[in-house]
Amino acid sequence: MGVDRLRIALFITCFNDTVFPETGKATVRLLERLGHTVEFPFAQTCCGQLHFNTGYQAECVPLVRRFVDVFQGYDAVVAPSGSCVGMVRDYHARVAEVSGDSGLRAAVAQTAPRVHELSEFLVDVLKVTDVGAYYPHRVTYHPTCHSLRLLRVGEKPLALLRAVRGIDLVELPGAEECCGFGGTFAVKNADTSVAMLADKVRHVLDTGAEVCTAGDNSCLMHIGGGLSRLRAGTRTVHLAEILASTESAVVEPVRNPLGGGW
Amino acid sequence: MTFLGMPDARPPQHGAGHLASGVPFPKAAREALGDTQQRTNLRRATTTIRGKRAAVVAELPDWEELREAGRAIKERTLRHLPALLLRFEEEFTAAGGTVHWARDAYEARRIVTRLVRATGEREVVKVKSMVTQEIRLNEALERVGIAAIETDLAELIVQLGHDEPSHILVPAIHKNRSEIREIFVTEMPGVDSGLSDEPRELAMAARRHLREKFLSAKVAISGANFAVADTGTLCVVESEGNGRMCLTLPETLISIVGIEKLVPTWADLEVYLQLLPRSSTGERMNPYTSLWTGAHDGDGPSDVHVVLLDNGRSAVLADEIGRQSLACIRCSACLNVCPVYERTGGHAYGSVYPGPIGAILSPMLTGVEANPTLPYASSLCGACYDVCPVKINIPEVLVHLRGQVVDSRRGRLVPTAEQLAMQAMGWIFADPQRYEAAQRLAGLGSASVALGADKIRALPPPLSAWTSARDAPTVPAESFRAWWRRTRGEEAAP
Repeated sequence: MGVDRLRIALFITCFNDTVFPETGKATVRLLERLGHTVEFPFAQTCCGQLHFNTGYQAECVPLVRRFVDVFQGYDAVVAPSGSCVGMVRDYHARVAEVSGDSGLRAAVAQTAPRVHELSEFLVDVLKVTDVGAYYPHRVTYHPTCHSLRLLRVGEKPLALLRAVRGIDLVELPGAEECCGFGGTFAVKNADTSVAMLADKVRHVLDTGAEVCTAGDNSCLMHIGGGLSRLRAGTRTVHLAEILASTESAVVEPVRNPLGGGW
Repeated sequence: MTFLGMPDARPPQHGAGHLASGVPFPKAAREALGDTQQRTNLRRATTTIRGKRAAVVAELPDWEELREAGRAIKERTLRHLPALLLRFEEEFTAAGGTVHWARDAYEARRIVTRLVRATGEREVVKVKSMVTQEIRLNEALERVGIAAIETDLAELIVQLGHDEPSHILVPAIHKNRSEIREIFVTEMPGVDSGLSDEPRELAMAARRHLREKFLSAKVAISGANFAVADTGTLCVVESEGNGRMCLTLPETLISIVGIEKLVPTWADLEVYLQLLPRSSTGERMNPYTSLWTGAHDGDGPSDVHVVLLDNGRSAVLADEIGRQSLACIRCSACLNVCPVYERTGGHAYGSVYPGPIGAILSPMLTGVEANPTLPYASSLCGACYDVCPVKINIPEVLVHLRGQVVDSRRGRLVPTAEQLAMQAMGWIFADPQRYEAAQRLAGLGSASVALGADKIRALPPPLSAWTSARDAPTVPAESFRAWWRRTRGEEAAP
């Protein structure tokens, strides 16, 4: 089957769906611009990561069941999130194990390998690095831990960013160090989380970048929340929004990072 | 005969000792984060050692194969642990040593105390050993009037400073050289206040102090890095040579060894003696590797004992996912790369085993009820797993233990706020209509908190912990799915 005949589903992730819909819209526009049709199954909700990583494994079973039910008919499932894809690929099998349901185990084994993080999908499956994007800003890229160490996306996001016209891509010092988000860690261990954030923010500001990007809005919400609190003058933008941006359609509006109504 | 490490009818017993403090990690961490001197010391030390490790690991083309071998040998060891322990006992005994079995810290302390008392000595010298710190042996000996002198330089600094170790390899990593100078001047007999903080001068002062102890000591106490089942051999790996002094000069040598320290054969050491120094000190080879098999007339100690300690290890072995932690060779590479450890230091963990490995090992040894906050002392960034020389999947075990913490609270009459929130979210995610209604509510709620701004500066508890230092985004009025429906209509599910 050719790459252009793939039946592609968008796994938006509950977090992007609710808090960062622009990232989802950008993902759809990008894939359509590359000539693909994307379906959005409305029955999708959450992959279970929040429950699983906090210790509520039993509560994940129905979520994993829903996930495979919704996505098992597709050739490829694409998500603009490294950590949610990491959850599906690395831990859905564990949840299925906990459930003791051999049917669920088999369904997970079939579905999970077809779930791709956006940069992996573009580079590995669609075999493109130049997606025709234009983004005239100074940008630094933070490789989120789950993209880096669970999915091993490696250089793929950077290869995509390097091909963007007009971009001034600058290397982030200490890039591979965790930003301190860590899901419920950011609240349960808020002091340590913020201590980690302080160093990430320092590194981001050292680059002189206008935009810090990544493949996960959860980490960006943390880094961006810190930058915004400091009125640092640097904003966070998801990778999908940069890649979706073109000369004729600037997807990502240049918002005032300090907000309008302080 | 006690079949340690073998499943039996009784539930495996948990361990005791320096494994839990009772202070929740977030509280202890908050205090530690405010210690700017310690933050600076830790940042400098962990950055240096991380760099050294990365350089020497990169030299080996077969590093990944070595890691896999290190993991596989330990897995096989654990699978055959009862038989290998008996084999070790047989060989060690045949070579003239005496084997003792200790179910827990209490038994181990009693055995060692009895052995030292039998010699009539009031002072013993110690080789750096995690397990003796785990069982709080020094304190037990002190209670019966026996002074245990730490001879590892960093352990000596901790002991003289009336402090606790904060790192597996470098127990005094939280101290810098001027702080060490101060400890030596106030606590070390015969040191004058003219002592400088030059590392060489500090080392020479410790050397003078320890030389006397080595030459007079009749009893030494050690742990072991490895115990070879096939030959009944114990192995200690170190840098300073002080361990070698303790292992060769005294008449009596007592080694306390966790039952997971076994390797099946002598040849297996080849793997670990490459993995350990590169991972721990960032050296190609450590300066001193001492191996001894029983007792030999006129060559080293003549009265040689080993205490094989369980202290919760059988309980860890019984845990299918957690048991991989018993492969740990105490290199501390995971501490040095951990962004949490680097900032909080070791004391915040309340256990002799801090950092990522401590966050899994301590709660498993004690049972999670005694250590419920440690499995959450991680952002699950996974840096620890990447550097582990025996490939312990620490994030996997952390999440597994979080499950145990949650399960241990399920039966309670009054559910926790977190339980209620998780239940509510599970209920919402179970139905797309409910989920969409919740999205709309979140949008409305967020607008009422944001008061027209596009960022939220203060959220109510428990989310106030987020906005203590970070702005929060507002939830837009239109979700992605609402946008899709408005612009494209709702497609039939496949």
